Amino acid sequence: MGNYRVHVTIENKPGISDPEGKTILNDLVLKGTHQNVSKINTAKMLKFTITENTKESAQSKVQEICDELRIYNPMVSVVTIDAFDA
Amino acid sequence: MNVGVVVFPGSNCDRDMFHVLSDVFHMTPQYCWHDKPLPENLDAVVLPGGFSYGDRLRAGVIAAHSPIIQDVKKIAEKGIPILGVCNGFQILVESGLLPGVLLKNDSLNFMCEWTNLTVENNKTPFTNKFELNEKIPIPIANGDGRYFVDDETLKQLERKNQIVFKYDQVVNGSSNQIAGVCNEDGNVVGMMPHPERAAEPEINPHDNKPSSLIFESLLQKIGANN
Repeated sequence: MGNYRVHVTIENKPGISDPEGKTILNDLVLKGTHQNVSKINTAKMLKFTITENTKESAQSKVQEICDELRIYNPMVSVVTIDAFDA
Repeated sequence: MNVGVVVFPGSNCDRDMFHVLSDVFHMTPQYCWHDKPLPENLDAVVLPGGFSYGDRLRAGVIAAHSPIIQDVKKIAEKGIPILGVCNGFQILVESGLLPGVLLKNDSLNFMCEWTNLTVENNKTPFTNKFELNEKIPIPIANGDGRYFVDDETLKQLERKNQIVFKYDQVVNGSSNQIAGVCNEDGNVVGMMPHPERAAEPEINPHDNKPSSLIFESLLQKIGANN
């Protein structure tokens, strides 16, 4: 058993509007000198620390938790789950 | 007429709801704390507005896992009328009792203003005294009130007559201007606007009668059951 860090990134599915990302792009970044930026999407990240046998089982356990407890809403959001050695 | 008013940590419209149910419409409400079982012999349940668990993670999602929600699901299956207002609507959606999801308002602002609803379904326990398309002047007060469903679910809601209230104009970017929906059986209704803030002439500068009909509809429904 070992400790693993697992990062859960929750973001909108493509096509779901992200007014916060648009505001950051239009009212902050593009008002500066960064005209080469074309898109900003906001996301929420949860950082888990979990004890499991392997990095793979840490990742799948966190996926299971996210699905079971509706950590993300599958109607509008997708999650990306990345596991790292602690 | 026993009505449970479910209280979560962070609910803040529970007392307003209790007042309106008891003092205005002469029902017998009782507060139901979220980690206790729901009392038996309730005629209806209301999930009031507020900020359960400070809207952490996502509005309503943590409250949706409270023990009392399992009891709410059981009585929902029995056909008992259940109304979720604002955060109560968000909780019903996150618990799977109602379809869809509530996202941040398009404007990103907390919106506190009067809106006009139209009644799209007058068969529910909370709308049976309305005419179809009747208007309701009623306030909203939310940051995450933009109702969203995908196109397929939207068609299903229309086909099964699950859209209960719509705004009469674009308010926050909700799909099809939806302000309230019900489950397939029609006994579980969720709405973002606050009928408890509009059902008395003292606090309604427009017309309190339409909002009163939401509670009078419930009285009629419960009366018919008893």
